[in-house]
Amino acid sequence: MSAATLPPPGMTGAPAADAWHLLRLVQIGVAGGAVAIYTCLVGIVPVFAVRPLIIGVVELGQAALLMVFAAIGYVAARDRVKVSRSRAVGGGAIAGAIAGAMLTGLLAFGAILDLRAMFLNASPVLYDLLNNGLVVTGAYVPIVIGGITGGIAGAILGLSPSVRGPLVIGLTSLVFFGLFAGLLRTPMLVTPLAGLARFLFGPEGLTVAGGTIVFILSVATSVIVRTTKPRRRVAALPPAQRRLVVGPLMLLVLAMVLLFPLALGPFFAQVIAIVALFVLLGLGLNITLGLAGLLDLGFVAFYAVGAYTVALLTSTAEYGIAGWSFWQAVPFGVVLAMLVALFLGLPILRIRGDYLAIATLGFGEIIRILAGSDLLKPWLGGPRGILNIPKPIDVPPTDWLAGPVQIYYIALACAAVVGFVAWRLRGSRLGRSWMAVREDEDVAEGMGVNLVQTKLLAYMLGGAFAGLAGAISVGLVGSIFASSIQLQLSINVAAIVIVGGMGSIPGVVLGALVLIGLPELFREFSDYRLLFYGIALMAIMILRPEGLLPSRVSRRELHTSDEILALSDDQLITDAERREATAP
Amino acid sequence: MKVRRLDRLTDVAIDVFMLGFKAAVIALVAVGSFLTLAGGRYTGSDWLELVGAGLTQGSIYAMIALGYTMVYGILRMINFAHGEIFMAGSFGGYFAIVALAGAGMLTDNVIVSLIAILIAILAAMAVSVMLAVGVERIAYRPLRNAPTLVPLISAIGASLFLQYSFRGFFGSGIYAYPTPAFLQQESPIPLLSMRWVDVLVVVASLAMMTVLYLFVMRSKTGTAIRAVSEDKGTAALMGIDADRAIVLTFVIGAAMAGAAGVLYGLAFIQVTFAMGIFPGIKAFTAAVLGGIGSVPGALLGGLFLGLVEAIGPTLFLTGFGVPATNQLKDAVAFTMLVLILVFRPSGLLGERVTRKRA
Repeated sequence: MSAATLPPPGMTGAPAADAWHLLRLVQIGVAGGAVAIYTCLVGIVPVFAVRPLIIGVVELGQAALLMVFAAIGYVAARDRVKVSRSRAVGGGAIAGAIAGAMLTGLLAFGAILDLRAMFLNASPVLYDLLNNGLVVTGAYVPIVIGGITGGIAGAILGLSPSVRGPLVIGLTSLVFFGLFAGLLRTPMLVTPLAGLARFLFGPEGLTVAGGTIVFILSVATSVIVRTTKPRRRVAALPPAQRRLVVGPLMLLVLAMVLLFPLALGPFFAQVIAIVALFVLLGLGLNITLGLAGLLDLGFVAFYAVGAYTVALLTSTAEYGIAGWSFWQAVPFGVVLAMLVALFLGLPILRIRGDYLAIATLGFGEIIRILAGSDLLKPWLGGPRGILNIPKPIDVPPTDWLAGPVQIYYIALACAAVVGFVAWRLRGSRLGRSWMAVREDEDVAEGMGVNLVQTKLLAYMLGGAFAGLAGAISVGLVGSIFASSIQLQLSINVAAIVIVGGMGSIPGVVLGALVLIGLPELFREFSDYRLLFYGIALMAIMILRPEGLLPSRVSRRELHTSDEILALSDDQLITDAERREATAP
Repeated sequence: MKVRRLDRLTDVAIDVFMLGFKAAVIALVAVGSFLTLAGGRYTGSDWLELVGAGLTQGSIYAMIALGYTMVYGILRMINFAHGEIFMAGSFGGYFAIVALAGAGMLTDNVIVSLIAILIAILAAMAVSVMLAVGVERIAYRPLRNAPTLVPLISAIGASLFLQYSFRGFFGSGIYAYPTPAFLQQESPIPLLSMRWVDVLVVVASLAMMTVLYLFVMRSKTGTAIRAVSEDKGTAALMGIDADRAIVLTFVIGAAMAGAAGVLYGLAFIQVTFAMGIFPGIKAFTAAVLGGIGSVPGALLGGLFLGLVEAIGPTLFLTGFGVPATNQLKDAVAFTMLVLILVFRPSGLLGERVTRKRA
């Protein structure tokens, strides 16, 4: 890797190099300790402390700390594992113990000073958790636990990949199922599987038996997948046969997606309907941001226009003006949102990149403030809102389509349409102009792309889809208030597109599932939602700017020219060689 | 050929639209002001009161704007997290000033109280500077050669991270700044009806910006910063450490934002974890308004924005019979933001700067 992980050239000779390595371990340990203290004081550890992951064995708060220690051990062991395995273990253990010692320092401070006067989370719950290991009690516990966890992480890193992979997957699925246990249990209790559910899952967290079974099963699955390599085999099949395998799989996935909310009960249906709405929003912004490269931080403006239009046209309560049905009103909401996008877009689309983002943010805020102001209150209801908005599909409350399920299907259908449009547009003349503008405006203009027209179309399409999402969301909630229009919505949608991968449709779906679905499912997370978004945005931009599931074009774009410019000469040669070697 | 003609047509249409837009804004402002003044609901002293409030607000914007303008000048990136640096300074100063109040330093003794406030400002500066340097190191430096949107998105991430970290640390409650009683009393300045704290804010901000201006224009380090913002490569050839100059820019901007945080707390009492975002965006407006990269521009832009925000809603909108114009304060500021970005992205003083950026 970079020069930072190797001893400086002047330091030859074993003792000097050893001293340097030790210094590096101390560095990692102290930085990791700072992260651990941060996780404690920001509240992640104490807030999650009460929630069991595996009942009676480990709680989520502890698990969060263990993960921090494991990460420290991993970083410390990473550049030592090439030397020897024992060094990896030792390095991990030392760095982990140093980080633990900093937590012990926090405990000591907490005993002398009233930290709680400043930090809300420096509470007895936190001290308790830090003081108590699994077996022993005392202020030295973090050191021991940190050392052991760091060492284990180092040891796992030293294992051969065929053992390490399944082990890591086993541990990950423990955390995953531990989180989901309660949610899986509730719907299972009403089925014949109730006994199994009680055996495996507690109201929160896995039972010990459940944990063992989950661990064994996931390790076994991982081993089987590793040895049989089904993906590679399918890829090696001739196209006709591959279709035979992939086709039914796709159908199965489709059936699961469609039946999901019905099988898992109303809570899941609500969550999944919200996720579907955000997929729709994300696909809309994906055109503006992902394809045309316009960072729109005022997306909520069009959402608001769509929502308020439908609300005004359909509401049977105060402020309603027409009393139409939902479906009559939706086209007007969409068209109006598009016109607003045209009107807002005309002046601002001549601005470049970063200024545009701020200008759109300004628009979003202006619309939000206007919606809540006394000025428009006689028409929009302000904070009192517009109530009694009919459901899109009017059925008696006992019908299976009555709840959020219908919104889920509608949003899903709309998302499919939007996704299809985006997918078809990408290869078209317009889509290619968008991508050209995204990559370099000046060059695109030189090649004959009309910048304002191209950008305006992207902006309007994005706005129209946002208006559609706003209209549907009004149908889900049945009311709209000024407080539903939030800057946070624009940020949520932008985060979905960016984290998932700009310009990539599967990326948007994944982004919505992770960034909207998870916090909706776990209310403990919801306080930390935007904190995680912040970390995710930074991490994605630094480590993987093309997003989690990137489209091929944007990956290429972000990983060639800039890197070549940024690399030093010798790296450049190796990079070019690698490229040559892998070229088709 | 057909496509070309369509292109030219849309271009003309857009030009006409923009012209109409400009005319409409000017007409709206002019007619609104006339109607309001003709309506005679407000007396001269009412307006002067608004001017006083605008000066206080504007001084704080100016101090925050400085960080935006210098960082944009040197890195061409919007440091979106700068508003949060301001918020962090406010919190740092809060805990310092609470401790000092506990030690009995916020009394009627003016000198002792001012010393306490000075210590709080220094504490706030320290907190802000530490965070800003950390953010630069972690979130911006690895992205220095990336396309424009990449560092901006990272900055938005940093902004969310700082904001919600502070919420995690200190909760979502409102913290009330303790202030010595004399600061809240009316000062003897004629007509503007400013409290002593407003005077303190304006004077402190003017003083700090002047010192900073001299530092940037006269000192060797300041020259280095200007050289790097002019041309990084050439500056490096002249033996200037570009990284150091960049970090120093962040340090200066953060120190000013931290001080602004304390002054804000003293003047407006309430601080929360979410207080940074709006002043941040508005200060960016002020920075653009004054011409990105210019220290006096930040001062002028800040004061101008503060005044427009204080006076504007009442002056422009009351005449049209708009109720509760104060609610629309932020909307007026954001409208300004959009108008400036659309019609004058080089700022009011910006000719020199545009040439440099081109």
